[in-house]
Amino acid sequence: MKKYLSFFQLRFAMGLQYRTAALAGIITQFAWGGMQVMMYRAFYHTDAAAFPMTLSATASYIWLQQAFLAFFAVWMMENEIFDSIVNGNIAYELCRPVSIYNMWAARSIASRLARAVLRCFPILIVAAFIPQPYGIGTPASLLHFLLFVLSLILGLAVTITFCLLIYVLAFFTISPQGLRMVFTSCVEFFSGAVIPLPFFPDKIRSVMELLPFASMQNAALRIYSASIGTDEIRRAIGLQVFWLVVLTAAGKLLCRLAEKRIIVQGG
Amino acid sequence: MITMEHVCKSYRIAKRNAGFAEACKALFHREHEIIHALNDVSFTIHDGEMVGYIGPNGAGKSSTIKILSGILTPDSGTVLVDGRVPYKNRIDHVREIGVVFGQRSQLWWDVPVIDSFALLKDIYSISDICYRQSLEELTELLNLSELLRSPARQLSLGQRMRCEIAASLLHRPRILFLDEPTIGLDAVSKLAVRDFILRQNQTHKTTVILTTHDMQDIESLTSRILLIGKGQILLDGSLDDIRTGNKSIDATVAELYRTYNI
Repeated sequence: MKKYLSFFQLRFAMGLQYRTAALAGIITQFAWGGMQVMMYRAFYHTDAAAFPMTLSATASYIWLQQAFLAFFAVWMMENEIFDSIVNGNIAYELCRPVSIYNMWAARSIASRLARAVLRCFPILIVAAFIPQPYGIGTPASLLHFLLFVLSLILGLAVTITFCLLIYVLAFFTISPQGLRMVFTSCVEFFSGAVIPLPFFPDKIRSVMELLPFASMQNAALRIYSASIGTDEIRRAIGLQVFWLVVLTAAGKLLCRLAEKRIIVQGG
Repeated sequence: MITMEHVCKSYRIAKRNAGFAEACKALFHREHEIIHALNDVSFTIHDGEMVGYIGPNGAGKSSTIKILSGILTPDSGTVLVDGRVPYKNRIDHVREIGVVFGQRSQLWWDVPVIDSFALLKDIYSISDICYRQSLEELTELLNLSELLRSPARQLSLGQRMRCEIAASLLHRPRILFLDEPTIGLDAVSKLAVRDFILRQNQTHKTTVILTTHDMQDIESLTSRILLIGKGQILLDGSLDDIRTGNKSIDATVAELYRTYNI
């Protein structure tokens, strides 16, 4: 266990080094979040009753999404892992008495946490001072807040196990480009990163909510503003646990298979 | 003790001729060629031996090292290293070995070398006392004291290689695989590295298997050489066996390659 903790520490410390990148990220996310809030404001002006969430719930959703972008953005993958597979440096990783899968998991958690820690506080604080209904609202209740935190952690875990699955698949495809493109666009659309899932037509939404993508950011962000009921919260968290188990099992299984048929590229 | 018996390993390689038309053709029909990187390779290496593994480019040297270190799985044959099958219980196996790939880096690029070492300490669960002793010894022998606090990306190739070798030895492996450890080093670093490997072998009884194209490495380090060509072991003997007259070692080896037509 200690060895994975060390991987975590080293990667976390490395992530904290990039201050300029974090600053640039914060500015981008303010601009993006502000733009989205204004866009939804225009929609709600036309007919507020036509929307499944209140404007203030939608604004909270958007600001939380921006603050925790590093938790859920599947496109933020570890390039070093892909590089090591493509150029063959993975040979060194395989010479260590560690499980490749667990080591990658430790690294992914560390880099996402480091990014989020640097970025989330400025965004959360400023968004809290933006006047209602355009800023971030207070959570519906203390219980909702605690469930939100639980769901946030589960969502991070689901996102990471999904990324790990893509890393492992890169062993089989030689180049990771195609995998990355297909999966990141799928996730962006189906996870509610582009449009929150409640805004989709009911029939499509009921299917989308069962997919692993809905167990990433969708669950946590909707619990926060209580835009789903108690039964639905229970179901959403249950689904998160389910997908976490399935994705981890699939990743570990494929990883073992990949290790058996590995070819180190580049001599 | 290391034994390899009748080990075979082949790769499937896509081939096509040059040119745009050929590239279009390859969209529909791809030709593959099976390359037999290792073809019935057998040898035994005893504890504390220092063996030079030589052969022309593409002969199968690196493939052998990778099979012995548990990274690749052979197609057939049996491999035993101290009673373990490397590719079956990889994690138990790699605890006892050290590997240096001369063309790759195991140090973390952006952090000081000492941080990479500290990570290795935890990965191999090295105790504090052992770690301090190993680090002190390696720092002195490889002259690392100036380098440890710099990030790996700012070291020169020779400086980095010395750190790489130290990194592979922190956990005091009983067997050391060196895949071209002196590639790109200047004369001083080369001598330092050679001297160090020799000393490791003498004081710690480390078994060393070394692949290289630098025949001076072989001459100064190893008493036994294994010659591999086209995936087969062609010669297993000492340098004196192959030397004729007063020719230089490079000329001797070149002639050897010519006689075996590899």
